[in-house]
Amino acid sequence: MAGKTLLPVRSRAAIQESAARFPPGRQRSAVLDALRLAQEENGGWLSVPLMDAVAGELELPPIQVYEVATFYSMFEVRPVGRHCVSVCTNISCWLRGGGELLAHLENRLGIGAGESTADGRIYLKKEEECLAACTGAPMMMVDHRYYEHLSTEDADRIVGELKR
Amino acid sequence: MSMPLVHLCMPPPEAEKPWLLESYRKRGGYSSWSRVLDGKLKAAEILRAVKDSGLRGRGGAGFPTGLKWSFMPSDCEQPSYLVCNSDESEPGTCHDRDILRYNPHVLIEGMALAAYAMGASVGYNYIRGEFLGEPVPRFLAALEEARAAGLIGRGLGKAKVDFELHPFVGAGAYICGEETGLLESLEGKPGKPRFKPPFPAQSGLYGRPTTVNNTQTLASVPAILQNGSEWFKALGAPNSAGTMIYSVSGHVERPGNYEAPLGVSFNDLLEHAGGVWKGRQLKAVIPGGSSVPVLPAEIIRECAMDYDSLSKAGSALGTGAVIVMDETTCMVSALRRIARFYYAESCGQCTPCREGTGWLYRMLTRMLEGRAQAADLDLLLNVANNIEGHTICALGDAAAWPVQSFLKHFRPEFEAKIRSSASQREAAYA
Ligand SMILES: Cc1cc2nc3c(=O)[nH]c(=O)nc-3n(C[C@H](O)[C@H](O)[C@H](O)COP(=O)(O)O)c2cc1C
Ligand code: FES
Repeated sequence: MAGKTLLPVRSRAAIQESAARFPPGRQRSAVLDALRLAQEENGGWLSVPLMDAVAGELELPPIQVYEVATFYSMFEVRPVGRHCVSVCTNISCWLRGGGELLAHLENRLGIGAGESTADGRIYLKKEEECLAACTGAPMMMVDHRYYEHLSTEDADRIVGELKR
Repeated sequence: MSMPLVHLCMPPPEAEKPWLLESYRKRGGYSSWSRVLDGKLKAAEILRAVKDSGLRGRGGAGFPTGLKWSFMPSDCEQPSYLVCNSDESEPGTCHDRDILRYNPHVLIEGMALAAYAMGASVGYNYIRGEFLGEPVPRFLAALEEARAAGLIGRGLGKAKVDFELHPFVGAGAYICGEETGLLESLEGKPGKPRFKPPFPAQSGLYGRPTTVNNTQTLASVPAILQNGSEWFKALGAPNSAGTMIYSVSGHVERPGNYEAPLGVSFNDLLEHAGGVWKGRQLKAVIPGGSSVPVLPAEIIRECAMDYDSLSKAGSALGTGAVIVMDETTCMVSALRRIARFYYAESCGQCTPCREGTGWLYRMLTRMLEGRAQAADLDLLLNVANNIEGHTICALGDAAAWPVQSFLKHFRPEFEAKIRSSASQREAAYA
């Protein structure tokens, strides 16, 4: 990756800061942090050239970056909507209407779980597994923020207020 | 109400901004760690106290913590590591999140004491990626405070102690809660569990001696050193020392995290959570996270919420996540939802788990869609039995136990489901 990279300067600095938490030669440990930073800078998804840039930054073979990007559920390797909405439907949420909440949002947004709205505003993540807020069921996560004890009206309002 | 609440891992409710260093210090926080830094508390004393306290791991398996620590080679060449498991992703479980949000310093002190006891000079806290919004910033802020106060770093205090502590943020994968999957992930790889042996104490992170402990386990340590092993033991029940934060979820009036002495009766805990919601009857409870066997009302009503009582009843304390189901719950649908989770989260290394979890999910779906036959119940059980014990890690067992226990206690409901959908189908063709 001589000289040119797709990564902005501040991401590169943050990636190096992350790598410094690990012993010398163990910078591979920083790949999750690096991919998260790269994804956030790129509107929520990772392209192949971007993953290659991460590989360059951490001096790793690209395959070691691809296999991580495709293993973990918080990485997207295709374009998705700008706001990520994850409704938990696991058992504790399911018992209190998590499934119905997801169905309601699918209806309202006119997309299925795993799809994004045509205007690219909202990505409704595939049926989400337990997010460790089970005593606040039903719940959803919107761009890293948790919303608990939700009614369908709450969910409508929260999703409605998301920036274009 | 007969159930006393205690606050070891959770802060007392009256504490203001309990996540701040000042607040933690006001309640006696860092007193034991300061004694270490002054050279007044030795590693061997910490190890002895934790062994004597009877503390057992809160991550699910209940392994004796002091014993686990003693597996670390003494006087080993550095580095060796302490890793805290804040991956918290067992369905129903949400108390580690509250420790990170409301009491991060108790975890930091617990990690420091544990690392010192084992001769580990570096610690990582592996926090699940979804906690990026609130728990991670709280933990990071506390870590900065502790560092600035000379509690974390190199050459600390008179005793010149080294303890570096770093955060690590995951990216979404249940399997990374399994301790060797977690170590793989910490090395920057897909979180596929390793064969054991070697155990992490011999060869863990980067091949170095490593101990992995759960957040709540480590958060329990400062209270043991502050108040003594006997005090801690006396709090709980036989073989179940100390407290547990029970995450009570599902069909109750007041779901919540309730920290109570181990051995509290299920009935008291349920009452504390406001009882079964909507005035309904209790049907079943999964007492320790979705992976442990379900118990019907008449059995759980007789149980104390500790390791021995629940294991005698045919289930387990697991993570202390108490999932309550009322009389209206369809057990076939509930089991299918649980089965889907293990199917989605199997890492795919072991054939019985990768293939078997898909079979379980599809067969249960078939039952709900009216495409199953009576013989399918035995087949379902057969698939579960063939996953259990045949995989590298315990995710396979965790997928099998719900199926086995739902069928054991609620088989007539499954049979009725199959019969009723079969007769509907016949009626449709008639
Ligand atoms: C599939 C699977 C998922 C697990 N998830 C977690 C978890 O999220 N948090 C946790 O502390 N332990 C989890 N464990 C247990 C860990 O492997 C390990 O036993 C535990 O962190 C040890 O800590 P303890 O001795 O303090 O309980 C999981 C185990 C398995 C098999
Ligand atoms: S089951 Fe939904 S957050 Fe745990």
